[in-house]
Amino acid sequence: MSPAVIRPSTAIPWGRILSVAEYFETMDYGPAPESDAEVRAWLAAHKSSFGHFIGGSFVPGAKQIETNEPATGKLLAGIADGSKKDIDAAVSAARNAHGPWEKLGGHGRARHLYALARMLQRHARLFAVLESLDNGKPIRETRDLDVPLAVRHFYHHAGWAQLQESELSAYKAIGVVGQIIPWNFPLLMLAWKVAPALAAGNTVVLKPAEFTPLTALLFAELAHKVGLPPGVLNVVTGEGATGAALVEHAGVDKIAFTGSTEVGRLIRKATAGTGKSLTLELGGKSPFIVFDDADLDGAVEGVVDAIWFNQGQVCCAGSRLLVQEGVAIEFIKRLKRRMGKLRAGHPLDKAIDMGAIIDPIQLKRIGMLVDKGVAEGAEKFQPEITLPVTGCFFPPTLLTNVETSSTVATEEIFGPVLVSMTFRTPDEAVMLANNSRYGLSASVWSETIGLALDIAPKLQCGVVWVNATNLFDAAVGFGGYRESGFGREGGCEGIYEYLKLKAWAARKPKAIQRVATEAEVKQNFNEPLVDRTAKLFVGGKQARPDGNYSRAILSPSGKIVGEVGEGNRKDIRNAVAAARGAEGWSKAAAHNRAQILYYVAENLSARSDEFASRIKAMTGNSKAKYEVDASIQRLFSYGAWADKYDGAVHSPPLRGVALAMNEPLGVVGVICPDEAPLLGFISLVAPLIAMGNRVVVVPSERHPLAATDLYQVLETSDVPAGVINIVTGGRDTLLKTLAEHDDVDALWVFGSKENSANAEKLSTGNLKRTLVDYGLATDWYDAASSEGPVLLRNAVQVKNIWIPYGE
Amino acid sequence: MAQTNIVPMSASARNAGVAYDLDWIEDVRINLSASERRVASLPGRRSVKKDAQAAWLLKAVTCIDLTTLSGDDTASRVRRLCAKAKQPVREDILEKLGFAERNIHTGAICVYHRFVKTAVEALEGSGIPVAAVSTGFPAGLVPHNLKLKEIEASVKDGAQEIDIVITREHVLTGNWRALYDEMRDFRSACGEAHVKAILATGDIKTMRNVAKASMICMMAGADFIKTSTGKEAVNATLLVTLIMLRMIREYQERTGFKVGYKPAGGVSAAKDVLNYQILMKEELGRKWLEPDLFRVGASSLLADIERQLEHHVTGRYSAFNRHPVG
Repeated sequence: MSPAVIRPSTAIPWGRILSVAEYFETMDYGPAPESDAEVRAWLAAHKSSFGHFIGGSFVPGAKQIETNEPATGKLLAGIADGSKKDIDAAVSAARNAHGPWEKLGGHGRARHLYALARMLQRHARLFAVLESLDNGKPIRETRDLDVPLAVRHFYHHAGWAQLQESELSAYKAIGVVGQIIPWNFPLLMLAWKVAPALAAGNTVVLKPAEFTPLTALLFAELAHKVGLPPGVLNVVTGEGATGAALVEHAGVDKIAFTGSTEVGRLIRKATAGTGKSLTLELGGKSPFIVFDDADLDGAVEGVVDAIWFNQGQVCCAGSRLLVQEGVAIEFIKRLKRRMGKLRAGHPLDKAIDMGAIIDPIQLKRIGMLVDKGVAEGAEKFQPEITLPVTGCFFPPTLLTNVETSSTVATEEIFGPVLVSMTFRTPDEAVMLANNSRYGLSASVWSETIGLALDIAPKLQCGVVWVNATNLFDAAVGFGGYRESGFGREGGCEGIYEYLKLKAWAARKPKAIQRVATEAEVKQNFNEPLVDRTAKLFVGGKQARPDGNYSRAILSPSGKIVGEVGEGNRKDIRNAVAAARGAEGWSKAAAHNRAQILYYVAENLSARSDEFASRIKAMTGNSKAKYEVDASIQRLFSYGAWADKYDGAVHSPPLRGVALAMNEPLGVVGVICPDEAPLLGFISLVAPLIAMGNRVVVVPSERHPLAATDLYQVLETSDVPAGVINIVTGGRDTLLKTLAEHDDVDALWVFGSKENSANAEKLSTGNLKRTLVDYGLATDWYDAASSEGPVLLRNAVQVKNIWIPYGE
Repeated sequence: MAQTNIVPMSASARNAGVAYDLDWIEDVRINLSASERRVASLPGRRSVKKDAQAAWLLKAVTCIDLTTLSGDDTASRVRRLCAKAKQPVREDILEKLGFAERNIHTGAICVYHRFVKTAVEALEGSGIPVAAVSTGFPAGLVPHNLKLKEIEASVKDGAQEIDIVITREHVLTGNWRALYDEMRDFRSACGEAHVKAILATGDIKTMRNVAKASMICMMAGADFIKTSTGKEAVNATLLVTLIMLRMIREYQERTGFKVGYKPAGGVSAAKDVLNYQILMKEELGRKWLEPDLFRVGASSLLADIERQLEHHVTGRYSAFNRHPVG
């Protein structure tokens, strides 16, 4: 193992210039600088000092902060540090613009998005050079990837605007959207956020990262010049506090954030219960899996694109190399040789692979983590390549002999550092790959199609690249599983994140129900009915509640109609464990799931009178028969959908396909509403299990007997053990345990306003996907608001599997 | 010929070949898309500008196998080409580049057997070798014994390099043993002359075929592997180059022998040859930028390089008619 030798380059910033004769001998690459003259002229025209872009013009901020060139540490420009007042002004500008922008219609907005795409193309080099200077990433990347992908995003979303009225007619714009983007792909993340938001009819307040605000300001300025109306896109620059002010602003209807998992959690907490829609695109520790039948040289190049692209400052960087043991030595040998060919240097040099790290703080953090990795037993390799002596640079680094318990194996380093481990079998590869809190992306290398396509669905992440890495396209959704966030950007799965269902937008707060008090009952000597004990339903068995307490269930007149078990924390724990264990359901054929849903309907139908009288006894509802019939119909509906809610095959611009697969979320907690105790239960549970989820259901607290009566129906309908688990009891306490449980993947809450707030607030431990009603009343008899894709969309997460092909 | 796996003592020793071993090609895995991405992104990752570019282009001139392979070739046509090979770049341009005293000439002259003698005479004293295309070039479908005779005749006439064509059928039917035997015979017939194995990559189509044929020809003693005759529908590309270079690297790792590489056909612009040079340097290293390990089979490339070099020294764009034709 050769130690790192970081030789300083002999001249700054372009390296030593040789004569033709000398080059003829050395055959070195000379400097290939990209001119920054146009960018300097643009900065000078603004006196290198920028305000916010609000309501169609630059508005000075009260306080200034600086943005530097990472490659040299030199000051690039002063920018405004946004205050609450600035956020107020921007939100108000966006609010004023929202009405007319939405009213403009799909075609009108499509014209604007088209203009933005063309504008970006016309000024492509200006954006590329500015981005490279402000961020420190190589001009090759900004020129060949960031800017073209941003252009493509605006074209693609001009299309969604055009098609909105015909294809998305059940939905409308959310309103004013606050967007907070990171420094690693400043312009591209702007495009990912702004294009779908504007296309769908929203207006935007964008907060770029404090390190890299300039391309957003340039974009806003030029967008305005090509006719984007004032207030439609506002840019407020600043630091974390500015972002926090945007998140907390009451006038914002949605927050879209890309950044660290840590900040994502804070945003989830801050927006909990406010009704703000939220999408989070967070961190990752993505596996790069090399099987022994892979094209090893191809995979080595893949690693280069996975971890040394943008200096490894990529949320979906393939930072965990998993190599099959039999080829590990050979692969690492080839990788090290390849690392020796990497060139690092000034980002405007057209002949480099790696530019500068964004900031000295980040540089220090990377160094500390690498040292920690070594201290924990890893072997460090850094090739003997030249790094510039000034500026913020870190050499490409490979850590071998890394164990799963090592810090560097679990923490996101966000730098050019690859850790490597080996595996023996495909199963072990999957196990190691999934052994992470994150779930953003994965790269799988094998020349055996059967193997690659077997592994891809088993990986817990939102994007899988087969024999490729870091491919992006506007037509293909991007986003994470687990603590890598939720929501998708790009493709049809992405556009929904900027829309709301019209039927839900019209919901009103629930009517307050009178709580019955237990009435005095006079007993008599008639022969009584045989006593029935409603237990809990866990792992396919009726189980006594752990605490062994019961609660009385009253009719509206206060008569005790039955008693149910008082579930507690441990019952939830047991139910979640049972659901986790019922993994086979998620892999079962959709046809099988459909059959079981039909069978539940059949058996419910056979006992419909009994259920109707039970509902009537609990609720006093004289039309309880309708509720049972509607429930049977709903079960049929999801039996129908089970094998029809398909994914999509996207067409990114490459020879290959991207399969957008609808995958189950996993274990989902469900809090059922009090209104429609049977229909509400069925309406929430059926779509979830139709899509392969396993559920832990807390039935209506007031009217749980319709659910407990279902046990026998479920048992006779061949529902596998653990697929549906039912825990009765106090909604608030059971909800808390479910929300905080880190092995619950998602949580659906249809209860009080407070329930919704708690669900969102308490579920940040593992960043559950939540679907809550904010205490608004859902019409369970109206299919448009409670049946079909409306809920199915929330019962799945989309995984995009990129499969380039060719022989 | 030697049938050995022993690593040669000198790193620059001529490839002696090794015994036929199917294992060497059985685990060849090529992913087309990944390979394409490599060659598509490389020109964006490496750029050679200004003085460095002039140096690289001059280096390319020294690697050109200046070629004429037409049915209407005559002795005078070949002599004109030889003259150009000896003086490929105008003297005033060389002077301005600081190369007035340097003997810059092309890597070789490449002709049909009929003109080997003519070329050898025309190039006498120049140090420029004559390469003969052989073995029933370009289709390679004449009887095997006649192929060997053709090689021997060209060597006898003074050819120092023989560009043979392989029997594509052996590749297309997976008859690797036959390919190995054929190549070994060619190598034998060449004697001291160096042999370049033309794979006709446009005919054998798939990258796996290209990789396997490359390895077999090297095992059988090829000094160079070469893409094409220039007569196939598709000739040299960066993609097949990548595959062939990786096989050269693998062969070197297994045996210690350095095998040369020659793209031919379709490399006609200065910026094209720079991309090939970059790929050589990145995949194989500095050593593979010299004519002993890198040749470019080309006829019109030189004229474009001359224009670029003139532009480099004058700052004005040049024209073809300002440079003597070859």
